Amino acid sequence: MDRRFALLSIALVASCGFYLFWGLGPRWQFILGLRAPKLIGMLLVGAAIAVATMVFQTVCRNRILTPQIMGFDALYILMQTAMVAVLGISGYAGLSISVKFGAEVVVMTVAALLLFGTLLGRGTQDVARLVLTGVILGVLFRSFSTFLARIIDPNAFAVVQAASFASFTNIEPNLLPVTGVVCLGAIALSLWLSPRLDVLALGRPIAISLGLSHDRLVLLALVIVAVLVAVSTALVGPIAFFGLLVSGLAHELTGSSRHARLLPMAILVATLMLVAGQTLFERVLGLQSTLSVVIEFAGGLFFLWLLLKGRTR
Amino acid sequence: MICVKNLSHSIGKTSVLQDISLEIPKGKVTALVGPNGAGKSTLLSLIGRLMPLQTGRISIDGSDIAQTPTRELARRMAILSQTNSLGSRLRVRELVGFGRWPHHQGRPTHEDEQLVMQALDALDLTALGNRFLEELSGGQRQRAFIAMALAQGADWLLLDEPLAALDMAFARRIMAQLVALREAGRSIVVVVHDINHAAAWADHVIALKEGRIAAEGPPETVCTSQVLGDIFDMELRVTQIEGKPLVLHHL
Repeated sequence: MDRRFALLSIALVASCGFYLFWGLGPRWQFILGLRAPKLIGMLLVGAAIAVATMVFQTVCRNRILTPQIMGFDALYILMQTAMVAVLGISGYAGLSISVKFGAEVVVMTVAALLLFGTLLGRGTQDVARLVLTGVILGVLFRSFSTFLARIIDPNAFAVVQAASFASFTNIEPNLLPVTGVVCLGAIALSLWLSPRLDVLALGRPIAISLGLSHDRLVLLALVIVAVLVAVSTALVGPIAFFGLLVSGLAHELTGSSRHARLLPMAILVATLMLVAGQTLFERVLGLQSTLSVVIEFAGGLFFLWLLLKGRTR
Repeated sequence: MICVKNLSHSIGKTSVLQDISLEIPKGKVTALVGPNGAGKSTLLSLIGRLMPLQTGRISIDGSDIAQTPTRELARRMAILSQTNSLGSRLRVRELVGFGRWPHHQGRPTHEDEQLVMQALDALDLTALGNRFLEELSGGQRQRAFIAMALAQGADWLLLDEPLAALDMAFARRIMAQLVALREAGRSIVVVVHDINHAAAWADHVIALKEGRIAAEGPPETVCTSQVLGDIFDMELRVTQIEGKPLVLHHL
């Protein structure tokens, strides 16, 4: 496990180096200034999604759920569609980026807490109810977006379409400091909580018998998840299956159930996939598609594999 | 001593426990018996603070469980509920190791590891220590959970149906082990399904029926054909063997 960890770390550093310095050319200062914020954005988003997914799966005691599957992408797309519909293309494009980002984070955090809060309502056992609520809300949001998309003009719809896929190409540098502080804070807190998360994974009765303040920890964990998901979605857009892919790989690679090992491994896998994938896309494939499409494709296949293999409950 | 006062509990609109007051003696093996749905598990869960109290008070060795910090309670009592589903893939040794968590909060010492070894040994799990729990049979898994509760080293041990899924050899061994723990100064409260295990091993028997206490006392007074017949609504014969009541409930 430690050797794998070391190898992946080296691969991460190497791909970061590649991304930053490959094909710099004479105007290197300008190019570096463009690339560095994007790299930082990818590292933050990768780590945020990795930690959010792992913590969420521990709280739900289920390895197939991810916070994004629970109607999050639908809510994000609905917000974009609604903004375009209300403000028009020029109004949408003219929105202050920080205001838009702030509003998205707040709305999504609140929505997540309301949704995940239903978990707390019934003794934290009722995962089926949570999933159903999430799926139904997702359908509701999606139907609203489709309805709005029907009544806006086709040009405006194209703008919505562009905003509906996660894009690492247009990360806004001005948002990075806030995102960075929030993400790093939440990630550090999760790492510090690792031993308690191990106990949480044993289920409510055992956790309480072992003296864990179970319900309080669940609430705290859900706040962490909500904030991380909201911030990363607002920064790059919705990615549904990425977290699943990452958590599955982290479990396979560590073979451990200790969060002190799982969380760093998940962060490493996630950031490596994003940075290496984006390097490949920008430099080799010449931006022919979006990275998120490929990640979703691979993630979807992995999801099917997990289901068929019966590894998960 | 565990002291329960005016405890009532309902789940939805069904009343599970009705105004129960009782005392569970320290340093004894106490068995909770009664028909299905009598409220035994609910009573045990409430004592073990797995569910919030609705009405009534429970105190353990003088401290109110609603007021005492949960971490403090974890060093005084261990509770094992009937069904346990884990979210993580664990080896037997790792699971039993978690029993020491209230003492080390994530940083096990050498002493903790020793106690884990002893608990594994006590339930004959040493050879299975490196196996994953999902690779074990129901009875072996049950033993692993009991070992975890043992490793916790609390004064009070609350077990909900520990004998379910165990074969008769292990069922007897577990009961003998509980008696040995009592000799070592621990107090045990155990929900038992088979009345004869209660009759043979317990010092004190509490029988519940429809959420109320139907009988209470040493096995000799509770395990009579009269009392048990009323509780279970059936006719049964009770004989004696080596001074202990033997209930012929299957004939």
